[in-house]
Amino acid sequence: MEVTVTINGDSHSHDVEPRTLLVHYIRDEVGLTGTNIGCDTSSCGACTIHVNGESVKSCTMLAVQADGQDLLTIEGLADGDVLHPMQESFRQCHALQCGYCTPGMVMAAVSLLDENPDPTEREVRIGLEGNLCRCTGYHNIVKAVLHCAEASS
Amino acid sequence: MIPAAFDYIRAGSAEEALAALAEHGDEAKLLAGGHSLLPLMKLRLATPAVLVDIGRLDDLSYINDAGDHLAIGALTRHRDVETSALVQSQAGLLAEATSHVGDPQVRNRGTIGGSIAHGDPASDLPSVMLAMRATLVARGPGGEREIAIDDFFTGFLETALGDDELLTEIRVPKMPDAAWGFQKFNRRAQDWAIVGVSAIVANGSSGVGLVNMDSIPVRAAGVEAALAGGASASDAAEAAAEGTNPPSDLNAGPEYREHLARVLTRRALEAAGR
Repeated sequence: MEVTVTINGDSHSHDVEPRTLLVHYIRDEVGLTGTNIGCDTSSCGACTIHVNGESVKSCTMLAVQADGQDLLTIEGLADGDVLHPMQESFRQCHALQCGYCTPGMVMAAVSLLDENPDPTEREVRIGLEGNLCRCTGYHNIVKAVLHCAEASS
Repeated sequence: MIPAAFDYIRAGSAEEALAALAEHGDEAKLLAGGHSLLPLMKLRLATPAVLVDIGRLDDLSYINDAGDHLAIGALTRHRDVETSALVQSQAGLLAEATSHVGDPQVRNRGTIGGSIAHGDPASDLPSVMLAMRATLVARGPGGEREIAIDDFFTGFLETALGDDELLTEIRVPKMPDAAWGFQKFNRRAQDWAIVGVSAIVANGSSGVGLVNMDSIPVRAAGVEAALAGGASASDAAEAAAEGTNPPSDLNAGPEYREHLARVLTRRALEAAGR
């Protein structure tokens, strides 16, 4: 089935099997491998992207469901060599260890601040409950999100 | 994990969806937000030959004040229910419980109708529907019919919906002055409840729904009867596990679940001012 999506501002069209998961489409067909596959059971959030501006786990969506939609992946956040403020905050606060959860964590965090620009620490922790860090590096991740919120206000 | 192959039909209207169901019968499954069905398909626990995507039927996504009840379109996403001022003021229990479904990403995609039609006893929302005595509206080849929530859940992941029917609307009584409590016990933030309880008290009557205490979503009828007889919260809660048949899994056995049901029911009732 023909699928056309906009990813990070660019239009992509491919003929895909209906059972193709969105994350596989993005990684294997479009070739954007920044979005990671973690648990593959919609628990860990590593595959989080934005669909029409909202955070979604791309392992639990079919590529055909995304037809005609506007997607944003981790590759689309930075402006050339200038990191997105959330990426910059993650860097400054050392909010990553192995880095595997980072793309999904950053996408979820950007979505969180879009909805709630000035969250409390508790709101950040609850807002990121759909993302797991197996290094258990949550402390600095929460710090980075709060730092980003502060820097943007 | 990749689902087994299926034919994909994107319905442009409820009528198109019903036509596809009429043609393919029990070979077909409806796909709304996909956050109950797709995980099952990836595990190959569900292998529908035809998937009818109703995710774009925007006319079934709404929250309306319909006099004595709220009319909620089946395709309304959890996030929209959770953040609706109308739901928060008229059905606070539903808004609160919905905010505990999955996680933000799941709530951005999952729908109230999909969650209820899935009929999972471990899901949070059926317990709310039981407690608030919701009415469901289904559309089929012969038109619309109403289904009382107590007649809806018929077996494990089975409901009163026919193979040729589409759940279109959830009618929740407006209860702005009701006191309520929602309790969900799990071990990880986004997990299913090991046991959960929805309780609501208004005008001297009560409703108590249980999560994960049987093979279908069940009402704690013993608790409701005890409250009607004037029992205190802690006395009424003793009846929470009566008549249930709790499952056993990695998290808990039946005895532990029965204990949890009593404790969580007491807490939910106390939160509801009993």
